[in-house]
Amino acid sequence: MTAAGEITGQDRSMLHLEEMVLNMGPQHPSTHGVLRLVLHLDGEMLISVDPVLGYLHRGFEKLAENRTYLQYLAMISRLDYLSGIFMEWSYVRSVEALMDIEVPKRAEYIRVIIGELNRIISHHVAIGDFMLNLGAVTPFFWVFRDREDVMDMLEMVTGQRMMYNFMRIGGVRWDLPDAFEADCRKFLKEFPGRIDEYEQLITENEIFLSRTLGMGIIKPFEALDYGISGPNARASGVDWDLRREVGYSVYPEFDFAVPLGQHGDCFDRYKCRIEEMRQSVRIVEQALDSLCGGPVNLKLPPMLRPPEGDLYRAVESPRGEFGVYLVSRGGLRPWRLKLRDPTFSAISMIPKLTPGYKIADVVAIAGSLDLLMGGVDR
Amino acid sequence: MSDIIDFLKNFLPGFGIALSVIGASAVVFPFAMRRLWGFICDRLGPNRVGPQGLLQPFADGLKLIIKEDITPAQANRLLFLLAPAVALTTPMLMQMVIPFSEGYTMVDLNIGLIYVVAVGAFSVLGILIAGWASNNKYSLIGGLRAAAQMISYEIPLILTIIIVALLTGSLSLNKVVAAQDSVWFALVQPLGFIIYVIAGVAELNRTPFDLPEAESELVSGYNTEYGGFRFAFFAALIEWGNVTVWAMAGSTLFLGGWRGPFFGSPFWLGLKVFIMALVVIWFFTTFPRLQVDQLMSFAWKILIPLSLLNLAATGLFIVLWPENFLIPTAILSWSCIALFILFFPGAVKKVLMRKRLKLLAEKKLTALISGTGRGGIRS
Repeated sequence: MTAAGEITGQDRSMLHLEEMVLNMGPQHPSTHGVLRLVLHLDGEMLISVDPVLGYLHRGFEKLAENRTYLQYLAMISRLDYLSGIFMEWSYVRSVEALMDIEVPKRAEYIRVIIGELNRIISHHVAIGDFMLNLGAVTPFFWVFRDREDVMDMLEMVTGQRMMYNFMRIGGVRWDLPDAFEADCRKFLKEFPGRIDEYEQLITENEIFLSRTLGMGIIKPFEALDYGISGPNARASGVDWDLRREVGYSVYPEFDFAVPLGQHGDCFDRYKCRIEEMRQSVRIVEQALDSLCGGPVNLKLPPMLRPPEGDLYRAVESPRGEFGVYLVSRGGLRPWRLKLRDPTFSAISMIPKLTPGYKIADVVAIAGSLDLLMGGVDR
Repeated sequence: MSDIIDFLKNFLPGFGIALSVIGASAVVFPFAMRRLWGFICDRLGPNRVGPQGLLQPFADGLKLIIKEDITPAQANRLLFLLAPAVALTTPMLMQMVIPFSEGYTMVDLNIGLIYVVAVGAFSVLGILIAGWASNNKYSLIGGLRAAAQMISYEIPLILTIIIVALLTGSLSLNKVVAAQDSVWFALVQPLGFIIYVIAGVAELNRTPFDLPEAESELVSGYNTEYGGFRFAFFAALIEWGNVTVWAMAGSTLFLGGWRGPFFGSPFWLGLKVFIMALVVIWFFTTFPRLQVDQLMSFAWKILIPLSLLNLAATGLFIVLWPENFLIPTAILSWSCIALFILFFPGAVKKVLMRKRLKLLAEKKLTALISGTGRGGIRS
């Protein structure tokens, strides 16, 4: 029996093993919200893991059918509450594409700046929670210390710390405040040093390495089969980033790298997020440099009436491809709105990844996948 | 009648001192931990109750006392109530043989070292009872983890304590302190001292060996079902009481006990205990948690062979040079430490990388999927 192997039927009959069912969650310190995992255990060893979803179901897709296009914008950032900007972004992209709206250039730059800042704080939480799952308590506070700086900036721009409601169809809500650029540049200057600090505390630690190297390996084809995207897929070596492949918004103008892992284990997923934070800093710097003048939104009427049609638009959220499939029948409200959340795919991978590992590894693997239940239970 | 009075005369002072030491540690160390942890996290820590938050532990204790006392319906009531009391016996009894100062030992046993080992081994019992009696799967797993872990780490702990006995030539703790008049055993036997610290931290179930109460996996481990003051028993009195007596035994065995410059007094013992407890807190703030099998293989594959070799080498030196065995022991021990610092981290990384590649090969990783490949880097 190998560490990552499965327990064969022969082993079980020889050892007279008895299966224990442990219900982990929905109220549990390390399920980050309301994920419920039913663990079938053989001592410490996992035989199978069943995720049970639905504890945070709020009917997001159905509610869209009773809201006008603008009203729904206030709701959608509550979906994946750690990266609300990306939810809004993919929604406004789909509506804009349907109505064939050209967004002002300055608005696109502001979207990129806010989006990448939001990616940084989302990765902060991902890394902090992952380390908390591994039993390290200090990294969580370190990332939250720095997260607070970004949150202050986002609050300065949008008026909110998490549920931004900042994107508008045809632009953004308002322009950047005057004090923003200086604050942001100061942060961007300091932040790479702070990432080095995290790496000193975490990446160099032998216990951390022993807990993550070779743990929960996802093969590239597996990642594609399960529809995994974002850093989780890139850690497996799937060279796919919508910012580069689709090149939406003004991303083609920027010079940034897409970090790739080669092993697809927990360590690579962690490392990919660290590198993505560095790349986000680069993107924000370039966006600030090339920020042009002009209007930040189009003065559209509050009652939008997109033409009949349907389309799918996605953005690269911190957790992967977040997409909106929008069907319009020409009315004031969407006829149907389907949301594609990357975490849902990532959770579907857990039953495949975990058998053969120990209890502690299930939280490590779940933490490394950066699960967030807000997006899963729509 | 006079027998009873004599007994009480002997019993009560010791009981009172032991209890107040544990009480003091349950007040001082959680507070120190939170402030130090706050400092390490770049925040303030509790500083609202009283000057500099000094009254915070009392507020916490009061809050826990006035909470409702709950026993789970399906729990084994007798054992559930008994477990905290059983767990408290180790820190209480351990102090009986510790020399606090010149002539201030509650019981000067001539087999003090054996007593320390025996009482220390007792501490697993309370945790196991608590885990079993709670009728909760998390508690049960926590209790069983504690039993496996504490029995494994008992062995290197005992082996290093035997080294101290060899160096002293006696089992009495007073003699151990007297033998460190010229030089501390931590300087003669740094390897033994480090093994004592590591195995001790594992015995105490503190980070990075806090598997029995692993918060992120087992909610709170063996004490999940305990609330109110029973929880305070486990979380403050027993945990930090155990840390205190472990540090007391450690400073007596390796750091010269109550002896210090200028004057010998409980002050020095207290200072050494405090510093050793700070090391425990420092571990807590820095390390992630080990995995169960890694924990076991670390004990059985690294710590136990190492402490056996250390014991054999020390014994050999004592036989070879009965007069001054301290110098060769110190040379060997320090060079072991130097070798460890030089090569151990690299070796661990190499082993882990090899394991990773092996696991990867088992998973049959195929060619990388590529997008357009524009601007991509491979980290």
